[in-house]
This record gives sequence, structure tokens and C-alpha cells, in this order.
Amino acid sequence: MRKPTDEGPTSRRRFLAGAAGLAAASASGRAAADNPKNQPPNIADWTRSLGDGVGVRAYGNPSKYEKSVIRRTVPWLTATPESSVSFTPLHELDGIITPNGLCFERHHSGIAEIDPADYRLMLHGMVDKPLIFTLDDLKRFPRVNKVYFLECAANSGMEWRGAQLNGCQYTHGMVHCVQYTGVPLKLLLAEAGVKSGASWIMAEGGDAAAMNRSLPISKALDDCLVAYRMNGEMLRPENGYPARLVVPGWEGNIWIKWLRRLKVGDAPWFTREETSKYTDLLENGKARQFTFVMDAKSIITSPSPQAPQRHKGFTVVSGLAWSGRGKVARIDVSLDGGRNWKTARIDGPVYDKACVRFYYEFDWRGEPLLLQSRAIDDTGYVQPSKADLRKIRGVNSIYHNNGIQTWHLKPDGEVENVEVG
Amino acid sequence: MSRWGKALLALACIALAAPAFAQGKDAPNKTLGIGQAASAAVIAGWDIDVRPDGQGAPPGTGSVKAGEEIYMTRCAACHGEFGESAGRWPQLAQGKGTLGSHDPVKTVGSYFAHLSSVFDYTRRAMPFGDAQSLTNDELYAVVAYVLNLNDIVDQNFVLSKETWSQVKMPNAGGFYDDDREKTEKAFWNRKPCMANCAPPAKIIGHARAVDVTPDDKGAAAQ
Repeated sequence: MRKPTDEGPTSRRRFLAGAAGLAAASASGRAAADNPKNQPPNIADWTRSLGDGVGVRAYGNPSKYEKSVIRRTVPWLTATPESSVSFTPLHELDGIITPNGLCFERHHSGIAEIDPADYRLMLHGMVDKPLIFTLDDLKRFPRVNKVYFLECAANSGMEWRGAQLNGCQYTHGMVHCVQYTGVPLKLLLAEAGVKSGASWIMAEGGDAAAMNRSLPISKALDDCLVAYRMNGEMLRPENGYPARLVVPGWEGNIWIKWLRRLKVGDAPWFTREETSKYTDLLENGKARQFTFVMDAKSIITSPSPQAPQRHKGFTVVSGLAWSGRGKVARIDVSLDGGRNWKTARIDGPVYDKACVRFYYEFDWRGEPLLLQSRAIDDTGYVQPSKADLRKIRGVNSIYHNNGIQTWHLKPDGEVENVEVG
Repeated sequence: MSRWGKALLALACIALAAPAFAQGKDAPNKTLGIGQAASAAVIAGWDIDVRPDGQGAPPGTGSVKAGEEIYMTRCAACHGEFGESAGRWPQLAQGKGTLGSHDPVKTVGSYFAHLSSVFDYTRRAMPFGDAQSLTNDELYAVVAYVLNLNDIVDQNFVLSKETWSQVKMPNAGGFYDDDREKTEKAFWNRKPCMANCAPPAKIIGHARAVDVTPDDKGAAAQ
């Protein structure tokens, strides 16, 4: 992974340059930190000399000018980086696919580095024939390619009590969307033969947390995968190499990484991760359990606090939306904090339980705006306001915060995470 | 296709299955003969899960007293001598009566509904950084001690498969299954408001006032 260095623009510097440069840019017609020697009518350095040949970059990295496009952490959130989270830089991305190296991380005991030769997946419990699969075995099964979003149930969890973190990377960056290649779980189950009376499956990881969760067998037989590729290449270690569970539309915690075991049973296990964690505490002191589905949600990724507005005039608002209940059907955008709404334009593919990209184009004249977006899915679910969500959930539930986000676009082009009422 | 064909040759059902593949159907109904049979001995090495009814609990026994010693050497540095937590590590004890407050404290005593959730988790993931290093007796003992820290069992208690069902978790009735489709039914709305939906919006909170966003250098992933 690339390390951030002092070379190149960091997001903060860009941010400052962007904000300060708003007036300058319109006056001079060019960006703040450029070099006229490389601009017309002069001939640029890279036009005069040879560049690296093929093979020098045997596994390619982004341009050295893109060093600010990295996962970031919030150190105060957790006791230790091995049991913590890093966030996807949503404000730097477009389209619907998250590059593998930028997919947010959530580990409970660090990254397991598994030698694929030693990888084994055990499938047992209420089955006719307990089996062990090697990685090569998994690759022999018929395979499918599916684009799905994965959202941590705690995404936006820091925002329940009000605006806290200033940037969509931090408020919404526990989501990514990639194309998985893998085996439908139902094929593995068919291979072992599920006994009658079986109703739940426990999935367990091979990491030092041996993370385990229960899921109903109906979901396993529906659309779950055991995936070994993301965006064409093998899973990254951070994302469960060499194989992980894919549970479309459901909270990320159940997508067990470094998958080592599947056990079929007739009741849920009530593991720590589905009782003491990933349960939603309501105001009356009772908690919802097995809140698997991630409800419809959207976020404007640009402009946003880390991606300030650098010009007046024609403006493209860009955002991301997803729903665990099906396809995103529509996204509406508000410029006035939710008083009036206009339907945004979806561009690119719309897949079931995947991210969609939306745009809203308008003329910005420098007036302050309160930008919001709301997703509507094909079940008719409308992303609620934070106030409406809190009326039912209170502010203690940590998980499943899909309330509408507000960005305050100020006349100088800066953007802030605010709460409106 | 040829690979599948080879796999199918091992089966006696070529005639039935092959046309389904040719049509691109996704799920063959017959098994493909992939994977090795897992013996009981092989399964036993990884079969560590424990359910609320005690299914999966290993043989062994551990007293609160034995657990105290293990806890002090293996657990207290993070969880605190009395389960009160050191720094940001998970708190294990106290917190009773806080779940409905504005500062809920979720511990084994205040929140966990099942003994197995503590036992199974400790067995697979603790001590942090030295997972699956406790013997079964040590595991029973240290869980017994954590129960005692929460006044769930007395100081003479000995935890084992036999005494498993005697443990009554205080918050056992504190959970219910996802009911969003009923209690949040109002969020399904075929005609959401598009114009003059609310009074003019006012800003009532600022992230910058809270000032907890990491600056870029300190926040960068290593």
C-alpha cells in the first residue's frame, strides 16, 4: 500500500488551495499550483523525454499526483488499529465501482495473511456429507459475477447525536461496491446435502478473531456467494483473501472474511457479534437483533467537506446511493435542506443491491446552499430524514443510521457537515 | 464446459444434467464430486462454536477463584481489574440500568443475553493477540470470574457443562427480532413530497464546532 508522504497535495492542502483559489481561479483562469512551462505554447517536459518502459510498473499504481486518494482512519474511535476501521475516500471517486485498494477495512484482530496452499473451507453440521474444500476446489465450481455494495452496519454511526465528522469519507466511507466472482453458496450446500430441519448457518473466519455470525439458511440458498475475486483479481488480504462470504444487501459484519468454516444448524448461535455488537439499542433500553438488511441510503460525494466547490456557474453534484432491499429506483436532491426536491439523473448501470451513481446539474451563483440527497428503492422505501429516524430509534443504536445527510455549501466554496432542523 | 463435462463423467446423471448446462442454467441439481470428505477428527480441531443451549461446550471445569488469577494475568491489562476497562478497551462489568439512559454501558452483566456469547467469543478470540491459547479449564474459569464480576454467580461458583444452565443472564429478555417493516412502515412512501415539504431549514449543529475530524496527516492510513 502506498504511504502518504509530504510530497504531492494532501486533501487538506487541496482543500485550502481550493477554497482560497476560488476567487483567484476565476480571475486568472488557471489552477493555483501549476507550472506554465508545461503549458501551451510551451512544450511540456513529458512531451520531450521518454517515460518508463513496459514492465517497470509490473503492478501499476495510481499517478503520483493522486497521493491524497487513500483510506483514512479516525484514531480516537478505537483502542487499537488491529480492531478498527479505515474509510473509503468516497469524495475522490466516481462511477459505482470502488478500486480494490480503496475499499474500507474493518478488522477485528488484524489482517490474516493466508497461504492459499493451506486454505481450507470446512462445511459441516446438519449435512449428509461433511466436506473440506481447497481454494482450487472452490474455483472448480460454476461461478458467477455480481456487483454488490457492502456497507458496515456502523457506517454513519458517529452521527446519531448530530453532525460530528467533517467529510463524507468519515461519515459514509464504510461502504464499497465491487464485482465479486465466486461460487453460489447453494452449490456448496448442495454438494454436502443439507439435512431436513436445518434453518441457520454459522459462518466463521480464519483470522485471529475467528469472527462468526449466524444467517438464515433461506438467505444462504438465495443469493449468497463464497467469493474469491473482486474486480477481476483475487481478493485483497484486507478483504478476506483468499475467500469470503458475500451476503448481498446485508450488513457488512456478516460477510465473513478469510472464511474457514460453515456449520449448518437448526437455530441461530447468538454469537457475540450478533448480540453484544450489531444489535440496535432503542430508547426504551430494548434492542433489535438480527437487523440484517441495510436500508436505502445516499450521500453527495462532491461537493462535500473534503471536496469543496472551486468555481461558480455550471456545477455537477455527484453522489452515491444503494439499498439492501433491491435496486435504487430514484434519487432526489435538495438544495435548501429538504424543503424542495428535484429528481437526480442516474448514470451507469443499476444492479440489484449495488451502488448507483447519480448527478444533479445546476448553476451555482455563490449563494449558500444546504445540499441533501434521498434514495428511493424499488420497494418504495424512501431514505428518511435524521429527525424521522431518531423519532423511532432514539440516538443510542449506533448501527443502521441511513438518515439524510446535509452539507452546507458556503459562498467561499467550503462545505461543512451540518445538522438542520 | 469441458471441465464441467469431466466432472460430470464421474456421475451417473450426464444425460439429465448436461442439457441444463448447455442452456446456461445456474444451479445443477446433481453434486459435482468436488471437495474432500471431512473426518470427525479433522472437524474437531476447528469445531469450537458454542450455542446458548450449551451445544458445543467442551469438557472442562473452572472456578471463580481460579478464574481470578487467569483474569489478572491475561485480561486485566485491557479490561481493568474489575472489568471496568482500561482506556478504550471493552468494559466487561457494571452498567446495569443504563441501557435506557443517554449513556448506555453495554457489558456482560448489563447487555449480554446469553452465557454462550461470552464463552464462545472468549474461546475463539481472547486473549486479544493470543487467541485460542487458553485450556478448556482456564476458559471455564475466566468466564466464571467475569460472571462473578457482574454478580451473576457467587464467588464459590464453578462453571462447567453441568452448571451451564444455572447461569441466568440479567438482560436475557432485552432483545427482539428486527421489526423495521412494521415499526418503520411510514418510510415506505410511493409519493414523497417534492415541494414546500417543510419550513425553511435552519442549521442547528456544525461538525466544525465539535472538532473531532482528524487532520489529514494524523488520519492517513499507514
